[in-house]
Amino acid sequence: MSNRRPYVRPMDGWWWRSDPFFVRYMIREATSVIVVAYAVVLLWGAVRLAQGEAAYNGWLEALRSPLSVAFHALVLAVFLYHTWSWFSIMPKTMPLILASGRRLSPAVVTGTGVAVSAILCVVLFLLVLAMKP
Amino acid sequence: MKRSNAPIFWSLFGAGGMLSALIGPALVFITGIAVPLGFLLPRDHMNYPRMLAFAQNWAGKGFIFVVIALFLWHGTHRIFHSLHDLGIHTGVVAKLVCYGGALALTLIAAASLISLGF
Repeated sequence: MSNRRPYVRPMDGWWWRSDPFFVRYMIREATSVIVVAYAVVLLWGAVRLAQGEAAYNGWLEALRSPLSVAFHALVLAVFLYHTWSWFSIMPKTMPLILASGRRLSPAVVTGTGVAVSAILCVVLFLLVLAMKP
Repeated sequence: MKRSNAPIFWSLFGAGGMLSALIGPALVFITGIAVPLGFLLPRDHMNYPRMLAFAQNWAGKGFIFVVIALFLWHGTHRIFHSLHDLGIHTGVVAKLVCYGGALALTLIAAASLISLGF
């Protein structure tokens, strides 16, 4: 056993509430919980699909419950926020891009990301819509 | 010097964050709202024969696996690093729970999808 007793400074878990910048930061980080929750919903569907038709239909039925639809409305709102926040921090997280010797403007990076996302979402929806059995 | 394993986790976080930012909203709308309500898409669009055929196709199988796995690795990595901001002192246990959980669920997804056949 070590006799070290390092000092751990006490910390209030709500430190971020007094500054809107940190509130946005914490909301952005909290989207991860919803992303994991949605991945688990899809994983559950894959597991039920592997268990056969009756099991899979149970999963589909659960998705139709009002509680599930309300939950997915929340998930959709969080994902939209994630898309926006992901591309708004991208100017800081990506490698430096120079255009005519000047740093690419952060607004251009964010705007391009959000626009590409919007296009891909529409394309994906149309692909799914066009899928024939 | 021992090489850090951080770039692996960070790459999975980045890939999952990018994929969920690009197509996440459409996926949630399709699977969670449009199909269950029969709104803009038919209610039987995700019925058993169709989803089975999709998951048995190599491209469909790969798509489902990549979405589930990357979303999991993205989210758990972010949760792990956010624990610090909540004043929770993370150690080996927290790391094992976050990344171990992502790994376990990824393996379950892979096993289910492989068991459906090709």
